[in-house]
Amino acid sequence: MIAPVLQVEQLAKSYGGVRALDGVSFDIRPGELLALIGPNGAGKSTCFNIVNGQLRPDAGTVRILGRDATGLPPRAIARLGVGRTFQIAAVFGSMTVVENVQIAWLAAHRTVFAFWNPLANRHRAEALELLEQTGMAELADRPAASLAYGDVKRLELAVALAGNPKLLLMDEPTAGMSTAERGALIALVKALTTERGLAVLFTEHSMDVVFGHADRVIVLARGRLIADGSVDAVRADPKVREVYLGSGLASGERR
Amino acid sequence: MALDALVFQAVNGLASASGLFLVAAGLSIIFGVTRIVNMAHGSFYMFGLYIAVTVADRLPSPFDFWGGVLVAVALTALIGALVELVLLRRIYRAPELYQLLATFALMLVMNDAALWLWGPEDQLGPRAAGLTGTVELLGRRLPDYDIFLALAGPAVLLGLNRLLTRSRFGRLIRAATQDREMVAALGVNEAVLFTAVFALGAGIAGLGGALQMPREPASLTLDLAVLGDAFVVVVIGGMGSIRGAYVAAVIVAQVKALCIALGTVELGGLAFNMSKLTLVAEFLVMALVLVVRPHGLFGRPAPATRIHASAVEAPLVPLGPGGRGAALAAIALFAAMPLIGDSFAYAPVLAQDVLIAVLFAASLHFIMGPGGMASFGHAAYFGLGAYGAAYAFLTLGVSTPAALVLGPAIAGLGAVVFGWFSVRLEGVYFAMLTLAFAQIVWSIVFQWEEVTGGSNGLFGVWPEGVLESPTGFYLASFALVLAGVLVLRRLAFSPFGHALRAARDSALRAQASGIDIARVRWLAFIIAGTLCGLAGTLFAFAKGSISPEAISVGRSIDALVMVLLGGVQSLLGPLFGASAFTLLQDTVMRETAYWRALLGALMIAVVLLFPGGIAGGLSDIAARLRRAAGRP
Repeated sequence: MIAPVLQVEQLAKSYGGVRALDGVSFDIRPGELLALIGPNGAGKSTCFNIVNGQLRPDAGTVRILGRDATGLPPRAIARLGVGRTFQIAAVFGSMTVVENVQIAWLAAHRTVFAFWNPLANRHRAEALELLEQTGMAELADRPAASLAYGDVKRLELAVALAGNPKLLLMDEPTAGMSTAERGALIALVKALTTERGLAVLFTEHSMDVVFGHADRVIVLARGRLIADGSVDAVRADPKVREVYLGSGLASGERR
Repeated sequence: MALDALVFQAVNGLASASGLFLVAAGLSIIFGVTRIVNMAHGSFYMFGLYIAVTVADRLPSPFDFWGGVLVAVALTALIGALVELVLLRRIYRAPELYQLLATFALMLVMNDAALWLWGPEDQLGPRAAGLTGTVELLGRRLPDYDIFLALAGPAVLLGLNRLLTRSRFGRLIRAATQDREMVAALGVNEAVLFTAVFALGAGIAGLGGALQMPREPASLTLDLAVLGDAFVVVVIGGMGSIRGAYVAAVIVAQVKALCIALGTVELGGLAFNMSKLTLVAEFLVMALVLVVRPHGLFGRPAPATRIHASAVEAPLVPLGPGGRGAALAAIALFAAMPLIGDSFAYAPVLAQDVLIAVLFAASLHFIMGPGGMASFGHAAYFGLGAYGAAYAFLTLGVSTPAALVLGPAIAGLGAVVFGWFSVRLEGVYFAMLTLAFAQIVWSIVFQWEEVTGGSNGLFGVWPEGVLESPTGFYLASFALVLAGVLVLRRLAFSPFGHALRAARDSALRAQASGIDIARVRWLAFIIAGTLCGLAGTLFAFAKGSISPEAISVGRSIDALVMVLLGGVQSLLGPLFGASAFTLLQDTVMRETAYWRALLGALMIAVVLLFPGGIAGGLSDIAARLRRAAGRP
């Protein structure tokens, strides 16, 4: 059996008296596209932000590639081989598309403290190769600030991949995109997952994206993990149906 | 150390605390609602005092004092409302830095307005009718008025608290402090609310000034002095917290009072005059608080503000053939300056000033442009370089070239220490802490007479050896400045420079990519400080002397103006800005007594009309020409 890339065990986090997360455990294996879903306030963001290092759990452990990563800051998590994209895509607006990838490539290889040779000459070929993979090669020399939002998302994906991560964390990867763009982006992520043996954990509001593309789905409700299984198993799970349909959110989620 | 002296100073301290609190409270309320740090806040305090003195002078006793105070409060509030309507309204959506500069410019204009209205002489007002006596406390006589003042602070605090919690206006202020967009979305007339809040803040500052009537004369230096104190208090207490402002005012005033009360203490055989610490004490407290609690004692992280679209800087592009030609021509012009000096003797002197200003501005631009860190205390490193080199040269007797190395090294060391603290803070807090550090350096320089020569400074710093001839020194400094500028440019294009831009563009993204933001910023700060130190060193040798005036807050602001005037978004900006600023200062500003107002007007014009500065304007023109040429 292949060792998991990410192992989360018994995570707990409270705010004041409110338990945002309570005994949550799951893992991801290479090549797996895992969706983390749940109604609003279920603890998705808390869980996600503990894994990426922005929050510290009250209890429980996060292991990345077998190493204890609990409570490490985001930068240290990145260095363990974790790439990341944000809900509102973040790129470096004052650089060209290819420079965005180049600086990320250098950061991942710990060579940003280089002071003489211009960035423009460094690892441009590798950066272009990544842009090729995300379908952005044609826009390589455009300023990142001038891109359409869908392209910003693709660029951010290339930036996240520049560190050659083993685990990719994507916070609502398709938020703010049109239906057509959503399908294309998630299909791209899926292809990269398979090609690179990448493990992807993503949160998502669009149920079309989740049930159309994820390999496995985990469901949070009131801070607890209530389901973990294949798309079909989760779809049929009475507890999941109760959480979504019972709270009257189902119609809103089925877009 | 007698107990009665301590108690006496403590009551005195509470009286001072009230004055500090009144200025800080207004600053805090204005920031809370409008998100503007009002650099002109000390001016309202100063105006309050001047108006009160003027009015009191014309009223019969016993109405003179109280009438003066009332009119002062009303008029400063009115001026505040006018300022909000005319100026601030236009800059709410501008980048933070421009807001700081526009309000600083306002301070300059108001200072000259006061000079025009009241003249350069200090003016003393009458004492408060009914509070002219003293009470006896532990064998010492304490003025009634000090006790009244000590109580006035808490009284205003309670009054403000009541206003904020009980009235509709107060509830709106609190709501707007929490979430400005939401209040606007709920249909509250934001414009009126902002004007009212600004008038309220200005009025409270005016009250603070007016109440100082019996204690100190109205003078033109009050605005900056009070502003520094108010910043410290607001930052210690936490931006936007009025309770915090009072607690911080008490802490600062008491620490100062304690320093005075302790007097000279013996420590390990060394006599040390604690009262000399008063100038630095408040800044030390602030630095300490900021390191432990980056948002102040009662402050919270800034509420989520929705990002306003702001102009994003274009990617870096190497100079084209035209640009290279122009750069080479400029280099040739500066290199040929000694020859021009044969016919225009003043030209090399002016060129020397321009060169020093260029390095001063370019080093600030490195952290301010690519780094996004607007330092309000860059003159500190200029001063460390200048004094370090002068001291090494005069007292330690090192050679001129060695002093040229030691000066920047000392400035670099200063940047290592101050930078470590500063780069951990963002935006306004970064600006305040760098200002505080600069004030510490200034105070030490001012007071440590044995080493720095105190207010007179150090003299006789004339270069020796091959650098003794003016031409030799000019060429050497030209070479050093050129090297410094080229190094900064090279750095901007390097991976390190891009890491710095990355941290500025999106700190979250940079961290998620594994960039160590604090280290990148720290190193940039050290590089900037060292090169600024070189500018200071050259300044000391070029003028043959260095005095505290050359490293004051005003100089730090000059550097900011140079960068903005030239254009913060361009690597060439600081070069244009420093040259234009120096020429302007040398020609126009020397001719008028009201140069502050002129400088202020220039700054406001840049902020409102040419936010891209000279470099931005030039590239606009170039783009227009290209478009015109492209069309048949």
